[in-house]
Amino acid sequence: MSAHESTTLRWIRAAVAVFLKDWRSELRTRYAMSALVMFVVTTISIILFSLGGEGASPEVLAGMLWVVIFFAAMSGLSRTFVMEEERGTGMTLQLLTPPGAVFAGKLLFNLVLGAGLTLLTVVLYAFFINGFIVRTLSIFLITITLGSIGLAAASTIIAAIIARANTKGTLYPVLSFPILLPLLMTVINATRLASDGAPLGEATGEFQILISYIVVVITVSIMLFEYIWKD
Amino acid sequence: MALQLATHGLRKAFNRRMVFENVDTAVCEGETLLIAGRNGSGKSTLVKILCGVLSPSKGSVTIDGTGPLNDFTRMELFGLVSPYLQLYDEFSAMENLQLASALRGLRGDVREHEGLLERVALDPGRRDPVHGFSSGMKQRLKYALALAHHPRILVLDEPMSNLDADGTTIVRGIMKEQRTRGILVVATNDLSDIDVFEHKVDLNVRA
Amino acid sequence: MTLRIVLGVLLTLVIVAALGLPIVQQPQHWYEFPSIPGLEEKARIIFFHVPTAWLSVMAFVTSMIYGIRYLRRKDPIDDLTSASAAGLGLLFCVLATVTGAVWAKFNWGSYWNWDPRETSIFVLLLIYGAYFSLRAAVEVEEKRATLSSVYSIIAAVTVPFFVFIMPRIMTGLHPGAKGDPDGAGPVIEFKMSPNMRVVFFSSLIAFTLLFLWMLSLRVRIARLEYHHQPKG
Repeated sequence: MSAHESTTLRWIRAAVAVFLKDWRSELRTRYAMSALVMFVVTTISIILFSLGGEGASPEVLAGMLWVVIFFAAMSGLSRTFVMEEERGTGMTLQLLTPPGAVFAGKLLFNLVLGAGLTLLTVVLYAFFINGFIVRTLSIFLITITLGSIGLAAASTIIAAIIARANTKGTLYPVLSFPILLPLLMTVINATRLASDGAPLGEATGEFQILISYIVVVITVSIMLFEYIWKD
Repeated sequence: MALQLATHGLRKAFNRRMVFENVDTAVCEGETLLIAGRNGSGKSTLVKILCGVLSPSKGSVTIDGTGPLNDFTRMELFGLVSPYLQLYDEFSAMENLQLASALRGLRGDVREHEGLLERVALDPGRRDPVHGFSSGMKQRLKYALALAHHPRILVLDEPMSNLDADGTTIVRGIMKEQRTRGILVVATNDLSDIDVFEHKVDLNVRA
Repeated sequence: MTLRIVLGVLLTLVIVAALGLPIVQQPQHWYEFPSIPGLEEKARIIFFHVPTAWLSVMAFVTSMIYGIRYLRRKDPIDDLTSASAAGLGLLFCVLATVTGAVWAKFNWGSYWNWDPRETSIFVLLLIYGAYFSLRAAVEVEEKRATLSSVYSIIAAVTVPFFVFIMPRIMTGLHPGAKGDPDGAGPVIEFKMSPNMRVVFFSSLIAFTLLFLWMLSLRVRIARLEYHHQPKG
């Protein structure tokens, strides 16, 4: 029966099953999605009020965009692991499927969630914050794509770590921030370049850093996940 | 060579408080292993180690007679029913079965799943989520989940918990059947749960 | 025993030399340091600031190496060594940050400027803080050891990125940073006369030995505590 199917196929099925499980569960409860939307809306409103109709320099606005995205990620991307721990279904997963499939599925879930929150934040930010101008659209689009992937990658492995700890909520940003700082600095830099209207070529350094960051973080995560996940 | 599950010098300690040590036992195809012990004696810990979800502090668990195993085929050998095995209760019974199959990397036969649910006296047509089930129904669903992939080693921790007379009859049938095609491991406080066993680990004397 | 004596003597010599040897405009004798315009007496801090910064990095690397060893062998002593090294690293990191801020105030006018090296030491401080917060939040020893080892590896892997990011972001105040007219090399090449270099490298060696000695003490204590703790 199962002996005829290649391990790779089984592995892909398992990883997709983890993703779909999280996804369907999320669709039914809408827990993380509503928290994220509320967070982004609230934070941007607060920024609007504190700006008070005045603008701020494009450099500051570029930085603030990623501050909002970072904290939105902190409020939503840990759920995929923390939820399993809180419900006790972690052991169920450990019994049924290999660690690699768990990580892949949950990474995929966070990539989707991360993309959603980044998009939402960017759209709301662009509409409502005065003075946020993007002159080089190509740089900006590539930056938010790579940035959101890197954010999801780092957030996922850290989420796996804190899910096994006690004070999950406050620990998550504390652990994530130093890891994400290289990413944040780079995307803020690149966003500024996009705001200033720099040509696409000037941002290649930033893109190279982002791509290598993503590769390094995902590789290290794959190698280390089993130590975190197994008891 | 026939299937054999064996432990060698198993020891487990949490934060240096020892739960048990020097657990040596073996059980072969067609046989039953009984793990006896009071509550808190470490039955569930030993069960978890046997199934591979917890690593021992010392010692090992070996499985012989299967040929080379990868992650999937090793996990596939085991079916577990236990009180602390949580279900995904936002999904229905059928969805849980399909999820379990997919997580094992298998395609999952809908007809087979339906038959399995009927065998444990659950209605395959029910769409409502599991969190509305009674504890007896949840326990029976756990049996369906454990049997779906035809495990060669069936591990039951407190097999009769939450079950009424009809439920226990179903389980006795399952236990009997497992003895004909593989290994049965039962961890329990209540010796009336089990009819016959060839091997025993008594955690009461070790504490 | 010998290590302690050697260390004591060396460190004393270094401190005396660093603080005591005169700084004059035109050094005539072997024991006189040249006076660098703008720094004069304040230059002495280099004998202490750089070694503490160097140690905070070395301690982190040590902690990570023992973390990797723990993941391989599951020996609790490896984890205790890792944590002890990290504790010392945190101490030296705080010292480096403080001495750096003092230097910054006297040289460049303000305690903190987000120059690349300042930012790096700050990030290291954050990583240490995160490491200990994580350890405090896990009760089961084996899990605590595993998770902190994993985290230190992840942190170590992201740190090299700063090397590439920093030059792109800003010119630095530190000697040896981008925009420094005196050269792009590491801070060690900062205008030191030969006798200053002797004291400087001696200080580096002395502090490294100090670290190793303190680490061995801490590990011994931790080992004793571990074996004598009542079970359960």
